[in-house]
Amino acid sequence: MNEIIHLKVNGTEHELEVPARRLLVDCLRYDIGLTGTKEGCSVGVCGACTVLIDGEMAASCITLAVAADGLDITTIEGLANGKELHPIQQSFIDHGGFQCGICTPGQIMAAKALLDVNPDPTEDEVKEWMMGNLCRCTGYYKILESVMEAVKPTQDVNK
Amino acid sequence: MIDFQYHTPNTLEEVFDLLNTYGEDARVMAGGTALVIQMKQRLLQPEHVINLRKIAGLSGINKSEDGIQIGSLCTQRAVETDPLVSEIVPLVANAYGRIATPRIRHMATVGGGLVHGDPSQDPPPSLIALGARVILTSDSGERELMLEDFYLDYYETDVREGEVLTALIVPAAPIGSGTAYLKFLPRTADDYATVSAAAVVCRASDNMCEDLKLVLGSVGVTPIRAVEAEQRLIGKSLTDENIRAAVATVKAVVDPLEDYRGSADYKRDMAEVFARRAIERAVENIVDI
Repeated sequence: MNEIIHLKVNGTEHELEVPARRLLVDCLRYDIGLTGTKEGCSVGVCGACTVLIDGEMAASCITLAVAADGLDITTIEGLANGKELHPIQQSFIDHGGFQCGICTPGQIMAAKALLDVNPDPTEDEVKEWMMGNLCRCTGYYKILESVMEAVKPTQDVNK
Repeated sequence: MIDFQYHTPNTLEEVFDLLNTYGEDARVMAGGTALVIQMKQRLLQPEHVINLRKIAGLSGINKSEDGIQIGSLCTQRAVETDPLVSEIVPLVANAYGRIATPRIRHMATVGGGLVHGDPSQDPPPSLIALGARVILTSDSGERELMLEDFYLDYYETDVREGEVLTALIVPAAPIGSGTAYLKFLPRTADDYATVSAAAVVCRASDNMCEDLKLVLGSVGVTPIRAVEAEQRLIGKSLTDENIRAAVATVKAVVDPLEDYRGSADYKRDMAEVFARRAIERAVENIVDI
């Protein structure tokens, strides 16, 4: 059964008619055309589809689009300011936080969610928070380094 | 996923009307983490999905007479990180912090997790060991029952037609007791337990076991309370020998399913091991008064 929903994605309002069974990840990718969000495991385990819903990290592959009606969604496309990358994105480039890149949008969105609530995390806090974002290339050390190094510029931006 | 009609009622009364109208064709959704996966896999094919997210007043965490009352729409992360929960029932904060990953805990709710009825979940052994109760609300009023009696079978709970789980009440552990929850995770940190065990131990001054609650997860179709092991240790000295003798009865009461985490025999063996370790850890955690 189709529903009319309103999603505010990266600051832009969208009115969409979607079937109730439409998943948020598909809605973002196919209805809105934001393909930065990736689908990996499809069961909420791997973290590739991580987006922020009202600031909280969520797995968009197990979220119904209708359940996000009226809510504020941030995807990887919403982080850069024009051509200027977000400090977390820049840090992943500077510190080799990715190889193939499929998990990277989810890694960066999870890191963003963490730094938004805890701007100065310890290494253990980063490991605990990011445990649900799987990567098959990097062995995680470079991701950890990227997030830890992103801490400083994020703080500067906020100041 | 098979399509369905979606409802977002604003009040519990509207929820009851929908449940009374659609009966077994309807499923209630809170965080949706379990329900959406089951629907994607076509294990469930409801014609109506009733999302509770607009219902106000079900996400509070408050002190109750004997412990703490948690609204069913509280996220699992909220329970894990709430200072009141950590102070009054630290065992519960710890158990909720062991579920899956932080992302799932941000989405999944307390009520949704309980009614999901998966016997491998983290919170139920600890909650049952503390004597937790749930409140089920329908248009004819409230019903309170022990969580221990709530689990009927594999993914089957005592939520009756027209009812919604609205709150969880967890009594604080007795003063001077020790508690522990152990989760055996031989694979990955975000996995369900291969075997889990929660223990609440009360000790008298002469090292005598005054009271014990011992509950196991992932070893049967529901969480399993090891009553015989409890009875064998209560009134006895908390020695290594007595603890080992008590948990030797655990194998007979568990009935694990074989899966990729281990064979039924292996889990039965591990149930005894983790029951013993949970009791030992709970004894270590006793704060003497």
